Amino acid sequence: MISIEPVAAPGAPLARRNPVAKVAAALVFSFTLLATLDPVAPAIAIAIELAVLPLFGVRYRVLARRALPLLLSAAGILVTLVLFAADRSGRVLLDAGPVLVTTGVLRTALGLVLRVLAVALPGVIVFATTDPTDLADALIQNAKAPARFAIGALAAFRLVPLLGQEWQMISMARRARGVDAGRNPAAKLRLFVSTAFALLVGAIRRGTRLAVAMDARGFDAGTPRTTARRQPFTRADALLIATATALAAATLTTSILLGTFRPLIS
Amino acid sequence: MDNTTNRWRTIDIVVASVIAVAFGVIFWAWGLVWSATEGAFAFFPPAQTLLYGIWLMPAVIGGLVIRKPGAALYCETVAAVLSALLGSQWAGTVIPQGIVQGLGAELAFAAFRYRSYRLPTAVLAGALTGLSAALFDFFVWNADYELTDYRIPYALLTIVSATVVAGAGGWLLTKALANTGALDRFPVARDRAPI
Amino acid sequence: MGGVFLRGFGWRHAGRRAWAVRGVDLRIEAGERVLLLGPSGAGKSTLLSALAGLLPEDSGEQEGTVEIDGLDPRKGRERVGIVFQDPETQLVMARCGDDVAFGLENRGVPAGEIWPRVDEALHRVGFPYHRDRSTAALSGGEQQRLALAGALALRPGLLLLDEPTANLDPAGATLIRQAVAGALDADTTLILVEHRVAEALPLVDRVVVLEPGGGVRADGPPEAVFAAHGAALAAEGVWVPGHPIAPRPAKTAAGDLLLTADQLGLPPRLGSTNLAVRAAEALAVRGPNGAGKSTLALLLGGLLKPGTGRVTASAELAGPDHRTPPHRWRAPALARRIGSVFQDPEHQFVTGTVFDELALGPRRTGQPEPAVKDTVTELLDRLRLTRLAAANPYTLSGGEARRLSVATALATAPRLLICDEPTFGQDRRTWQELVDLFADLRDAGHGVVTVTHDADFVTALADRTVTLERP
Ligand SMILES: Nc1ncnc2c1ncn2[C@@H]1O[C@H](COP(=O)(O)OP(=O)(O)OP(=O)(O)O)[C@@H](O)[C@H]1O
Ligand SMILES: Nc1ncnc2c1ncn2[C@@H]1O[C@H](COP(=O)(O)OP(=O)(O)OP(=O)(O)O)[C@@H](O)[C@H]1O
Ligand SMILES: [Mg+2]
Ligand SMILES: [Mg+2]
Repeated sequence: MISIEPVAAPGAPLARRNPVAKVAAALVFSFTLLATLDPVAPAIAIAIELAVLPLFGVRYRVLARRALPLLLSAAGILVTLVLFAADRSGRVLLDAGPVLVTTGVLRTALGLVLRVLAVALPGVIVFATTDPTDLADALIQNAKAPARFAIGALAAFRLVPLLGQEWQMISMARRARGVDAGRNPAAKLRLFVSTAFALLVGAIRRGTRLAVAMDARGFDAGTPRTTARRQPFTRADALLIATATALAAATLTTSILLGTFRPLIS
Repeated sequence: MDNTTNRWRTIDIVVASVIAVAFGVIFWAWGLVWSATEGAFAFFPPAQTLLYGIWLMPAVIGGLVIRKPGAALYCETVAAVLSALLGSQWAGTVIPQGIVQGLGAELAFAAFRYRSYRLPTAVLAGALTGLSAALFDFFVWNADYELTDYRIPYALLTIVSATVVAGAGGWLLTKALANTGALDRFPVARDRAPI
Repeated sequence: MGGVFLRGFGWRHAGRRAWAVRGVDLRIEAGERVLLLGPSGAGKSTLLSALAGLLPEDSGEQEGTVEIDGLDPRKGRERVGIVFQDPETQLVMARCGDDVAFGLENRGVPAGEIWPRVDEALHRVGFPYHRDRSTAALSGGEQQRLALAGALALRPGLLLLDEPTANLDPAGATLIRQAVAGALDADTTLILVEHRVAEALPLVDRVVVLEPGGGVRADGPPEAVFAAHGAALAAEGVWVPGHPIAPRPAKTAAGDLLLTADQLGLPPRLGSTNLAVRAAEALAVRGPNGAGKSTLALLLGGLLKPGTGRVTASAELAGPDHRTPPHRWRAPALARRIGSVFQDPEHQFVTGTVFDELALGPRRTGQPEPAVKDTVTELLDRLRLTRLAAANPYTLSGGEARRLSVATALATAPRLLICDEPTFGQDRRTWQELVDLFADLRDAGHGVVTVTHDADFVTALADRTVTLERP
């Protein structure tokens, strides 16, 4: 089933931090790493990320499941690099027409795969521990996001599991009306498109009704909103961002000192 | 239907968000229905760019339906936040990436001063959102690939796919949606015949 | 507070030629309790939306004036609370307490006052859970009570309820009515739309009947209105108390076995169930909200894969496929043999117009076009949908959408028909028409299974009843 509920223990010391602080920390950390193409910096970063995982209350098994598609794309990177790597230096390991595998290619592949993982993990960890309602509240209270837009988006997010169920209902309804695709891939694609269209229509209608229901409860009445739930931004939250920045800087510095640093735009 | 004010109504905000959310669910369902083909998409770059075009659709459709400044940008950003919440593989960078892509489409609508929502505008919006996506990937993700054999073709394919799928496709989809009556409270539905 | 004044009021939805409601002159004083009646499609829901200030100028055309306490309702929204028919789309937040607090935050209620008022509102409607509970984990009746709490927390002078008990089991419906009765202050005005008059009467002291063509048909204390116009109103489709419906018992004994369920279940949605469906028999499935009735209907209809046990179709129903269970049949074969009507009509619509929707089934089963046209025209007429033939199915009123979804299944006259809540939101006339259509089908030898909370429907049609308990 599709769901946007957090998957971590909510009481863990870092999971409890202000969502804006968590997202900011993840972005700072990820973006610093983007600056380099070497394999060393991401390797250090992954080690850091795995080390802080228990502090976020995320179990390794849960992370592995969430990161599974990531591993698949890592495999994809490997294959495309074998075909299209810019750097074909080093010892030739395999030469079969367009497939030319050298140690240089493998080094680049390792760097890229590590980089993809290292850059993605902070976001995976943070969003696995963040409740959408808390995120919207914090965005409004601590990041000065416009309340109408944050709440509107939040109300739409609540529809995610409902739309997931609706997808199944629409598929069943089509079957009940005598519409199916069998094994023919073209028919299957057509059915997919028509189901997706029905889902979109239904979603927009739901959205329209939801907007009416929100207006009925004074959403857009022009009165200044108050907030029932406080999202305090404490010194610990500032510390989280500062630590993430420091760790990212330390990672890059290590890579520079080791002489492996390869800037993204050189 | 008066659209002279740029202030977003509640229905603009909610429907824009819901469009983004529905695309998130459609992507999820794609994985459900075509789980066997997922590998092929990971390993076959041209197919990947086709999916890219679909992913960029919320930006174009958001702009075409809502017809207000910021609609394209908002839709694509919400879609990005949702995919991060759903645990997307790109979680860390998907949000800035979504903002960059949304800005592309936004630029096209702004170029027409938010007055034209016809096919050429939609195609331009698709092309520009594709261009911004391609630039992001060109520098951030594909730096290590061969320039002429991979990076440039990949970028061009992304732009073509975005132009055709997100731009023209988004325009057609918006028309089809308007015909169902779902968009009756939006300016796109103005030319429907009464029943 | 909460006085309503309408003068020559009318509204036409954008994209429609006909007026949804027109020529309404009405004055309701503060503190009155009004039951708003009228046949399906008479414009009751539209009128309530107008009173709540929820018909934006850009969504249609208005005639005449409407005032709440002398104000345009679009400007005086804080005086009005409304609960719609469909609870799922009016919940905004992910947690129950947050949802009730949502309206209070919008109104700028100081943060310190919000939670006490939330708790008070939840208490008044008898909400059984803590406010941290997820809104996704509520049954239909619980969602409806939460929506009511969300409206009451704002302390409206005028409370509008649009069929608040549709789709609830009898116990749940009673709870909602008790919640409404207990939650109203002496000076709160109430306008209630409800087809089932008898149950709603204890809540109201005045009845207003809308005329479908426009204007108000009757207005006054319930006894006076029903004494003066009772028989005429009943004939026009109002559920007037004391005008019973003619039952349609089976003419013949039940025929051959069509479908058997052995220990059928789908944990945790449905516990193990045994059941047999025969030809020329109408079987009713009842049970509380969440008992798994809809799940059972989907399983019997070959749309879900059973979690436990199995569904077996007899050779008579299954023909060449009798060795495979229905959920493995190809869709066209399934649709020819078993027709399914879903609980939510909108899930079912596949095409863009009412006409095409009805024609889809017969066309797929290979009927020639003139025959298709005849079938469709007759069904449109019997269910009073003719003037909507070109409308998009999604723009219909609640009752119209329900009738259309039932009609789509009737159009192909499958051997076995499975309907989930086929009669909710129907006025008396279309209700009777539905009973007759089902009875005709049964008497022609088809099997009919209906999942329903509607006790009258069971009395009028069912030959046998199966009751499910919560798993
Ligand atoms: N959003 C809409 N767009 C177009 N037409 C509409 C819309 N909503 C309702 N209508 C039409 O307006 C008429 C009145 O609808 P309304 O929902 O007010 O009826 P109702 O009296 O509440 O009926 P029911 O008892 O079936 O719920 C119907 O013919 C319906 O098809
Ligand atoms: N798609 C689904 N996924 C998971 N759980 C579901 C799904 N649909 C229903 N349920 C749950 O299964 C249980 C039975 O649901 P079902 O809809 O069959 O009940 P029902 O008897 O039809 O209730 P009602 O009278 O309210 O229509 C409920 O607790 C419901 O929340
Ligand atoms: Mg209604
Ligand atoms: Mg049900």
